Amino acid sequence: MIIGKVTGTVVTTLSHAAFKHRRLLVVQPLTLPGEKPSGDFIALDSTQAGVGDTVLVNREGNGARQVLANPDAPVTSVIVGIVDSLSIPELD
Amino acid sequence: MIFGRVRGVAISTIKYPDMAGCRLLVVQPLNSKLEPVGGLQVAVDVVEAGEGDLCVMARSREAALALPDVKFVPVDLALVGLVDELQVRPDGDFDFTLKVGTARYS
Repeated sequence: MIIGKVTGTVVTTLSHAAFKHRRLLVVQPLTLPGEKPSGDFIALDSTQAGVGDTVLVNREGNGARQVLANPDAPVTSVIVGIVDSLSIPELD
Repeated sequence: MIFGRVRGVAISTIKYPDMAGCRLLVVQPLNSKLEPVGGLQVAVDVVEAGEGDLCVMARSREAALALPDVKFVPVDLALVGLVDELQVRPDGDFDFTLKVGTARYS
């Protein structure tokens, strides 16, 4: 899992059945100080997260299918939690 | 999952048997600012996308799951949604760095 920030929303009307009634959000992974943010992606929301929230994202298909309870869902990343606080004693 | 812009159509007559009937599209992967990421790729279409359409794409094994019938096909990129509306906050709006110590987010 990774920690990311929700930066946007995606609206799709025509999409795979597994996406129905689920929100798609744009997530930017958090980076170490000095690194340039890159590699943003789209994740399915399962936690009612919104723009600006810091979220926990599972980027693995099998875990995503378990969260959605759909063995055929073509989903690779799903938001599984909203981060309240992070405690990092020291960064290398 | 990532964004992709449909650039064209790929036609293949001889292909893996279970891929018969699959529509293959040439797509340009994009980031959330809709800037190109890497080169053109070929994706299987499941949402009837057309040239110029902005789509959501699934990569790896999950792309094969998007196909309606056979789930074991050698496919690693699929268009799974057509984007109607996209709202992304500008870069300066959020701080994306991890901080030493305790950071509260809510």
